[in-house]
Order: sequence, then C-alpha cells, then structure tokens
Amino acid sequence: MFEFFARLFRGEPSGAKAKERLRLVLLSDHLALAPDIVESLKTDLLDVISRYVEVDTEHVDVTFEQREHEVAMLANVPILSVKNGRSEAPVLEPEIPPHVADKVEESPKAETQAAERVDALLSETDGMNGLGSTQTAAMSRSRKQRRRRRRRKTEEPLASPSVPPSTTEPPPSLASS
Amino acid sequence: MSELARELPAAPPVAQTRGRSIVITSGKGGVGKTTTTANLGAALAARGARVVMVDADVGLRNLDIVLGLEARVRFHLLDVLEEGASLDDALVRDKRSDTLFLLAAAQAREKEDVATDRMVALIERLRERFDYVLIDSPAGIELGFKNAVAGADEAIIVCMPEVSSVRDADRVVGLLPSFMRPQLIVNRVRPEMVRKGKMLSVDDVNGILRLPLLGVVVDEPAIIIAANRGEPVALDDATKTGAAFRAIAARVAGDDVPAPTALPQEGVLAKIGALFRGRR
Repeated sequence: MFEFFARLFRGEPSGAKAKERLRLVLLSDHLALAPDIVESLKTDLLDVISRYVEVDTEHVDVTFEQREHEVAMLANVPILSVKNGRSEAPVLEPEIPPHVADKVEESPKAETQAAERVDALLSETDGMNGLGSTQTAAMSRSRKQRRRRRRRKTEEPLASPSVPPSTTEPPPSLASS
Repeated sequence: MSELARELPAAPPVAQTRGRSIVITSGKGGVGKTTTTANLGAALAARGARVVMVDADVGLRNLDIVLGLEARVRFHLLDVLEEGASLDDALVRDKRSDTLFLLAAAQAREKEDVATDRMVALIERLRERFDYVLIDSPAGIELGFKNAVAGADEAIIVCMPEVSSVRDADRVVGLLPSFMRPQLIVNRVRPEMVRKGKMLSVDDVNGILRLPLLGVVVDEPAIIIAANRGEPVALDDATKTGAAFRAIAARVAGDDVPAPTALPQEGVLAKIGALFRGRR
C-alpha cells in the first residue's frame, strides 16, 4: 500500500496527499467495517491465497480506495515464494497454516466455504455501500497481470482434478462439465 | 422545550422572547473552539446583542483566559448547577461590553460531574435573559461534549484544514441531531500554503463535510497576540482575523454579508475589512 501511495504521490504537493488520505480515512469511517470484520476478511483471503503461494502473513494489507466512480478493495499480499508448479495440485495437509487445518478437520468443505465466505463478505460490502468493484492484488505484478492471475487463482483450485474429493468439492458449474 | 425552540424563526435577536443557543464544537482539540466562541461573542455584543458565553469545558477552563476575565471569575458553572449560586453572582461581565457575559467552567472538577438535565435547564434560563447563548464545547465526543450540545439548538463546527481535524469534524456532525443544522467555520487557513498546494483548501474541506459555510478564518499572528493580551481579535479593526469574525457574527445574526471566499485572498479579505472599518 505504501508503495502504491509513494508512486501515486511522487512529486505531488503534500496538500494533495492530505486530501487523498482524508478521503481514504473517511471512506473507511463511513464503510463502518468493524476492524474485526476486516480482520476476518483478511484471514479468509489468506486461507485461499496461501494454498497456492507462500505469503508474508505479517505484511498483508487490506484497504479501500476511492476510484472515480466506485470504491475498490485492495488486498496487498506479499508473496514469499510461488509453490511448486501451477499444474501441480495443491495438497491441503502440509501446505495450509494450522488455523486453517483446524477448519478442514471440522468440515470437509472448509476450503470451499472459505472462498464462499470471502465472496459473501465482498458482495455484502458492495450491497451495503453501493460500491462498484472489488479487487485483490499481489504486490509484485502489474495491475492487469494481477487481475488475470487472480481470476485464474480463484478458478483453478476448485477445478483441479487432483484435489482429493474428500477435502474439496468443485462448484456445481464446474462439476457438470 | 427544545421542540418549541425548533419552531422559533431566526428573527432578529431583540424581537425574540428567547435567545438562540448555539454550541461551538469540533471533536478535535486545539482547532479554535474557544477562540471562536470568544470572538463571536465579542462581535455579536459589539453589534448590540445581549450575549452570554458558557464555558462547558469543565476541568480545562480557558474561555476566561482568552477574554482576559480570569481575575473576575468568582463562581463557576458547577456552583450554579449544584451549589445554588445565583446567575447574577456567577455571570462575569466583560470589560469592554455591557452586553457580553461569561459563565466560566469549573477548573477543579470533571466533565462527568455535570448533570445533563441541569445543564439543559440552565441554558433555558439563560435564553430568557440573553439574545445569544454561546456554548463552548470541550474536545472529544464524550459526556462533556454531550452536555454542551444538549441545551443547544444550533451548532457551529470549527475545523482546521488538516486531515485529523476534518475527520473528527465529520464524526461530530454525525453525532449532532439533524435539527441543529451545523454550520462550518474553517479556521487557521494559510492562503499562501493553499495556493502552493501544501494545505487543504476550504473547498477540499467542505467538499467532504458539505456544510453551510459560515466563515473562513486566516491563520494570523494577530490571534496569538490578542490571546496574549486577553483581548478578542474581533474587536481589532486592523486585522483580517477580526474582520473575518465580525463577518461571521453578521452572518449568524442574519445579515446578508457576502459569502465567505473559498480560498481567502488578500484582496477580498482586505475589502471585507475595509467594509467594516468604513462602518465604524
């Protein structure tokens, strides 16, 4: 997030920076997203993302940005390393953090549920506040690349054939194909 | 009580049977609530209105200092609310005006000591005797703020062109009952910095707060010098700040004064100042 602002404001007078900061801070004030909601949204996002890449959980940043006509949610997730080969199926047991593993034990559909909860949270935010788009982003990529990757990421895990059926169910649309 | 007050038209003060009660608040501390209260009070009194200023900042009393009246305070707000001190004993008359009075806050007490219903009743009593009851709110949004707001029918929000101040002002506006129709004073504007893009402009601030703009006050050394002396700068014809406060008072009183300039420029403010100097 800091890098984003640094890029955005390089060379601009501090008044513009104050204006932008003010807009952002009031935005989140008015969104009235309780810090614990943002926190659980963050946790759920990480649950999903960390199945494919190793992320720096300490430096994850979820913020909201005022665009011209809408508000975007930006999730900055520093990637420590890409997990071994994208064609390889993510194996749940060894790769997910312990707190996610707990959920998996509780329910075989935890992975799907996590994704659904993120979707629900995001759409809830949209609905409540009339916001336009949501976006997750990885730090080291250009925005377009990020979008493309994000789309693939959200689809692949569920469609992947080698995910053990006992731990993950593909969504209905993909299951029928 | 307050239902009745809401229906009262904003007629000239002398024609009213009950005065107007206006709270000056900001959320954030140090943005100029007390200075605004003192100067608005002095400027309204200079126009001939009967004005009482109530320092609701119990525990951190300052309005008496800004007005240079600290040596005259014998009884304070809580003496009146709790100890049965009479208003006549507690009201301090200003040195410079026969129609300007101060009810000082208690210094050695806490905001939690003030009972809201008694505060409301006191403001009502004052409204019977004065055209304007100006209530200087403490910073914060806790009980002290609530007590200051409880007896008021109108609100003036003081805000500096600065991120934290605007954020707090936004929060406070959200806490005020809508019938108060808060108006905005943007204080401590530095036109030169705004021109260089190094400070939020009045438009930037009010683009977010979207309140009726009551006044724009430029940051001037004169205000510090006036505070050193305990003299309201509003009474100083030679200063831009004084002119700005007199214009605010005129607007509060319902005069058709030119709207405050969004980006104060030397020329325009000097013109307003000249206008006021010409009248005196």
